[in-house]
Amino acid sequence: MALNREYVGRVFGPTEPYEVSRVKIADFADAIGEPSELCRDREAAQKAGYPDVIAPPTFAMVISMRATAQVNADPGLGLDYSMVVHGEQSFSYSRPLHAGDVVVATTTIDSIKALGATSMLVTSTDISTVDGEHVCTAKCTIVERGQ
Amino acid sequence: MAVRYADVEQGTEIPPKIYQATRLDLVKYAGASGDFNVIHWSDRIARSVGLPDVIAHGMYTMAQAGIFVTDWAGGDPGAITEFGVRFSAMVPVPDDDTGASIEVSGKVAEKLGDNKVAVDLTARAGGTKVLTRARAVVRLQ
Repeated sequence: MALNREYVGRVFGPTEPYEVSRVKIADFADAIGEPSELCRDREAAQKAGYPDVIAPPTFAMVISMRATAQVNADPGLGLDYSMVVHGEQSFSYSRPLHAGDVVVATTTIDSIKALGATSMLVTSTDISTVDGEHVCTAKCTIVERGQ
Repeated sequence: MAVRYADVEQGTEIPPKIYQATRLDLVKYAGASGDFNVIHWSDRIARSVGLPDVIAHGMYTMAQAGIFVTDWAGGDPGAITEFGVRFSAMVPVPDDDTGASIEVSGKVAEKLGDNKVAVDLTARAGGTKVLTRARAVVRLQ
């Protein structure tokens, strides 16, 4: 099914504030196999100059997905999520996320393209603290495979 | 030992490493990330939508590439300031004890200022490139 191109330029969010926790960072690091003690040991992280344990770079996806999930689930967009694969992903960081950060995410739909029966949806998600400090911008392309 | 900025130049190769993706890894990643797309855990649904098998989360593969860069750069995951990939092929993960092997390699594409370097990355699984146009900017010591 073709995606609704009227959604280009639409903004979703900001999401409810998300508090980055030590346990969640450690769980995420365990799940991907990231061995760094900077993700688990607060003293080690502080010795390295961080306020608290830091998240691995792709952890930002946990937060950006809270905003893009609203996009994907919007019935007006017409996306069949079981036909979706990830096309491209990039992150640009002002600094690493750390435990204690309270952040919100806002997603903009940059473009919607069709290539035959396949559709591509490109979004940009800004992650900032509730005080307005930019932390990361995540750009995501998802591909809806045609039937 | 961590590589130093002064010791690398454009073209410096990073020795390849192999990372595994088993079904258990995908289940753990789903739980930790909140990405519960059924194609990452249900054979039945993966096959019903035309996939060869359950496939790994693209973000799991990207995370392995991130670990590869972090490891080379001295172990600080916060040293990566830019990171982008294209998922050029799926990584099917069979339901056995070894799963899929993902080989990540890289080389220094450019020396930037402020002790940063741009690293071009490649990831292969089953002989197919699964990450292309993959680049990380990382700060070295």
